[in-house]
Amino acid sequence: MSSRVVLASFADEHDVLDAVRTLRTRGYTVRDVFSPHAIHGMDEAMGLRPTRLTWVCFVCGAIGLFGMLWFQNWANAVDWPINVGGKPWNSLPAEAPVAFEMLVLLAAFGSVIACLAVNRLYPGKADATPPRATDDRYVVAIDVTPASPREHLTQTLESCRVVDVEDRLVAAEDKR
Amino acid sequence: MSSAATPMPAAAHLPPPPIPPLIGGDKTLAGVTRDICQPLEARPTRLWWIGLALAASALLLGVVSVVYQIAMGIGVWGLNKTVGWGFDITNFVFWVGIGHAGTLISAVLFLFRQRWRTSVNRAAEAMTLFAVMCAGIFPLIHMGRPWLAYWFAPYPNLRGPLWINFKSPLVWDFFAISTYFLVSALFWYFGLIPDLATIRDRRWPGLRTRICSVLSLGWTGSARAWHRYETVYLLLAGLATPLVFSVHTIVSMDFATSVIPGWHTTIFPPYFVAGAIFSGLAMVLTLMLIARKTMRLEHYITSRHVDAMCKLMLSMGCIVGLAYGTEFFMAFYSGNPYEQFVFLNRAGGPFRGAYWTMVICNVVIPQVLWLQRVRANFAAVFVISIFVNIGMWFERFVIIVTSLHRDYLPSSWASYTPTIIEITTLIGSFGLFFTCFLLFCRFIPVIAMAEVKGVLEPASDRHPSAKSGEAA
Repeated sequence: MSSRVVLASFADEHDVLDAVRTLRTRGYTVRDVFSPHAIHGMDEAMGLRPTRLTWVCFVCGAIGLFGMLWFQNWANAVDWPINVGGKPWNSLPAEAPVAFEMLVLLAAFGSVIACLAVNRLYPGKADATPPRATDDRYVVAIDVTPASPREHLTQTLESCRVVDVEDRLVAAEDKR
Repeated sequence: MSSAATPMPAAAHLPPPPIPPLIGGDKTLAGVTRDICQPLEARPTRLWWIGLALAASALLLGVVSVVYQIAMGIGVWGLNKTVGWGFDITNFVFWVGIGHAGTLISAVLFLFRQRWRTSVNRAAEAMTLFAVMCAGIFPLIHMGRPWLAYWFAPYPNLRGPLWINFKSPLVWDFFAISTYFLVSALFWYFGLIPDLATIRDRRWPGLRTRICSVLSLGWTGSARAWHRYETVYLLLAGLATPLVFSVHTIVSMDFATSVIPGWHTTIFPPYFVAGAIFSGLAMVLTLMLIARKTMRLEHYITSRHVDAMCKLMLSMGCIVGLAYGTEFFMAFYSGNPYEQFVFLNRAGGPFRGAYWTMVICNVVIPQVLWLQRVRANFAAVFVISIFVNIGMWFERFVIIVTSLHRDYLPSSWASYTPTIIEITTLIGSFGLFFTCFLLFCRFIPVIAMAEVKGVLEPASDRHPSAKSGEAA
């Protein structure tokens, strides 16, 4: 199974934001937008939901913090108690620095790995970047059916100062 | 006070001076890609080869001396039983400190929405990584038996298992420095992914495209990916900010939790963090001014960047100066004769040369940065940054050696002179740092293209006459 998309290229950040808003209000399905940098306000224009990656970060951080607090207690107070200058076995202030470092370590790696996984980014992935989208073009991918009238779409895109329009067949599994 | 009621002077009505743009030269998006990628695709300049030859020679000298001291044992250093820490820990603290400005620029300024950071953050983060690598070498050598360094990690071993002592600041330090290195590397790589994709899509024949293709993980610049990417970048910045403060706080606790006069003070954590950022900013300025000239980045690293970094450096320098004064005052106010002696001995004892070098380089010289004219003069800024680098190295030397060389018992008083091995190891660490930095300049875009493109004013804003009815 494959489907058709129209790739519309824009040269300006404002134009692409404008185009996405116009296309969506006119009932087109914007599959994705490819851009060389993050565009402020694009999530809103495309109607993207806020990401839940912040929760991944929170959970990983909590595992790091509490896991390390537990481990330090167990290692230095239960499994092999060490008397250091008569301090208590399980001294919480002394355990704070290492527990904090583990919080940061796990939260950082957890959120990056989750982000790469959700975006399906991995080494060796065949790249399917539209031309110049990592250089100087903003490309909007619009879902089209063979039946849909093309003139209306072309007109809409031209009113948004499109630079280039291209038809493409894409594999269905690309659709997210 | 009547000043609040007086009318504003006439000068206040003058229009403010125009703010120069962040990125000069009226750049387009494609222009940014071209400018940053071209130095990577062209053959290296002669200046680069000379720099690499010098840095690699220094590195080689360092490697030889490290191999020698590991083979002979650390008795080849000038330490004695009174002065147990010398060049090794001085260099360690110095290099960790250098790294801090990278994280400040990449994370703290990101949280404060300082858009000027985009031109310098990539190089500053690279500097962090290399500086932490240099720092890590010194405690490793100091162990005497570096092949047993893995004993630091809490793993189930055959000695009991005998766990490490989590109440020891040295263990905290191990965790802090390793986390700092790993998280900085992750932050740096994560920020690199879109730029690696840009290099990949330039399809330059050769190995570089293939390597970038693997490392860019199939990045397409999709808005969904950017949306998540931005969130995670913000999370990383939020995590790296307390991390960077924790790292030098913990380094300072290596000293502050001991009972050595001059070390055992509560001012140490903030004092060390301010000093670290101060020295790091000086190193960023040194490196960026060199990179700007040699790599033709004049449009990307403009007077606005240098001015902002100078102001930050000046404010950090003032905090450091205040800390020097506070230490003296607290020694006087504590009524503790040992504490008082240590500070008088710092300023007037056998190491007074080091102390006054530190004060002049860190507190006196940076004061000229109050003058806008000086901040705009890059040659002057470069010289000041070198002075601050020197001054901050001496600060660590003064803290460590002057506190140790006069023990509680006058019969244990001693002195310390570094041996040639210690000096060549320090030179070697600079060699490692600059070798890594030069290789970085050669193979990785020195400026974060995707971020600079984000702060570039869109063409429609710069030339509004070209379009009609465009809302900004």
